[in-house]
Amino acid sequence: MKVRFWGVRGSIASPGPSTVRYGGNTTCIEIRTDNNELIIIDAGTGIFPLSQTLLAELPVTANVLISHSHWDHIQGLPFFIPNFIPGNTLRLHGAFDPVSGKGIEQVMSVQLQYSYFPVREAEMKARIEYVTLAPEQSIQIGSATVTPYLMNHPVIDFGYRIEANGKSVFFTGDHEPPLNIYEPGDEGFAEYQTFVDEKADSILRAMQGVDVLIADSSYTEQEYPAKKGWGHGTFNTSIQYARAARAKVLFCTHHEPTRSDDALDAVFRQVLSDNPRQAGDPDYRLAREGETYEF
Amino acid sequence: MSPELSHKLAAAVDGMPAFPKSVQKILELTRDVNCSPKDLVQVIDKDPVVTVKVLRVVNSAYYSLPKQITSINHAVVYLGFNTIKNLALSIAAIGILPAHNAAGFDGQQYLIHSLATAGIAKQLALRVDGADPTDCFIAGLLHDFGKVVFAQFMPQEFRRALETSQWNGSSLHLALREVIGADHAVVGAMLVEKWRFPNDLVETIRYQHNPELKDTPMIACVFAANQISKKLEYGFAGNPCVEELPPTTAARLGGTLDEVIASLGDLTSVFEEARLFSKI
Repeated sequence: MKVRFWGVRGSIASPGPSTVRYGGNTTCIEIRTDNNELIIIDAGTGIFPLSQTLLAELPVTANVLISHSHWDHIQGLPFFIPNFIPGNTLRLHGAFDPVSGKGIEQVMSVQLQYSYFPVREAEMKARIEYVTLAPEQSIQIGSATVTPYLMNHPVIDFGYRIEANGKSVFFTGDHEPPLNIYEPGDEGFAEYQTFVDEKADSILRAMQGVDVLIADSSYTEQEYPAKKGWGHGTFNTSIQYARAARAKVLFCTHHEPTRSDDALDAVFRQVLSDNPRQAGDPDYRLAREGETYEF
Repeated sequence: MSPELSHKLAAAVDGMPAFPKSVQKILELTRDVNCSPKDLVQVIDKDPVVTVKVLRVVNSAYYSLPKQITSINHAVVYLGFNTIKNLALSIAAIGILPAHNAAGFDGQQYLIHSLATAGIAKQLALRVDGADPTDCFIAGLLHDFGKVVFAQFMPQEFRRALETSQWNGSSLHLALREVIGADHAVVGAMLVEKWRFPNDLVETIRYQHNPELKDTPMIACVFAANQISKKLEYGFAGNPCVEELPPTTAARLGGTLDEVIASLGDLTSVFEEARLFSKI
């Protein structure tokens, strides 16, 4: 199995001299099974350079899994070049949005409104299919079993576990481990804590024993208090997940758009010295645009 | 009940507004981006309409839960606070349930009755084996949900039933069966069953009256709480008849209706909280 990062930046694309090493594109991850089946998680701006490489292997069936509908995870969809070429198939998977009452098709339809994009869906030559998924209901994509899990973000967010040929990867999407909304001593505290613990267990089960864990690590511990409730994790929460799930390697992603390459290196050095690796611990890495990890 | 009627009532609830106080509080709380989740939950779970609509979403087929969710707190952990906040906001945006309806059904008194029944059922659950306090609260809050649906969508028929019941002192659900062919228990249960609420909640709403009354821990708590609210005149939901506890219910609760009331001690705070929330 191969995992290739095409976009590792959170919130907004951040090109420029200070982000050259880790990259400025927003979230997009290419996964190839051992049978070379194509799965793409998220369609941030990183999907545009990815889609150019697909022109060498037409016709393609691209299975795109959307973690959630925020711009930085869907913004590249209209520029997915195979959409404009007959014979290709784009199969878009994602969650039902209970606030709008719409399925995953809305991430395409909102972007293809004529005021915002010049090509209408009807004019796209590829076959475009929508598959709205339910949490913990696995689907089969070729040799891969894909299971979505409900994570915690301001909108419905799916984390995805992908397993094929005995290998596995889990991506959290954007995720903040849920906290108790009550204070110890409040009437609802104990009951709420049981719900929080249940959720934590189910998330841990979802990532259990994966070869590769890719996790939202937007903030440092120092930054987190000011960003509580924004729906993002920290380097430390990702490390805790990776350790508890006994993942082999952790890729920290969703880098802050204002964090330069040097600042990111410095932050990560500090994180590693705060969390010294012990025997059996996962390998901790920063996700870097363009890097391929094969296992 | 005909499938047309059942479909019509379910669809009607989509557009049904919530109670004034919760709409006002939801709008007020959500204006602040750092709105306290705890405060918002406490508003949602006092309003039968908002509660029904939130639980309906989280239990819907889109999430195909292994086990249904009955508490707003649980829904917050499951779908995330902001999703619940935005659902509440979209419900609040529909408007407010009018103080007066053509049925002459007093929504404010109905709300006091429902909240008091919920609060008392929760207290009773603490002493009944196999009864969950949170589930009993929700069941108490929703046990008369069918009435507020009738008041909104079949006001003429509902008015006739209310008048009949008042005039001859008969139980309202019997009058409803005469006039509409289905009472609020059947309609309330049909709706929550359609929305995949848990079975014990559905059957508590459906079998809340004699002679259909079933003997389960939850029904014992909600039935007794309902009679207590009526006897102490905590609000009014159109039914003047107070019933004694049947032997099976009395056995679960450890006494007759009067003995249970005496054992609960001072219920003023339950009533006061209900009254404050129902105030326009």
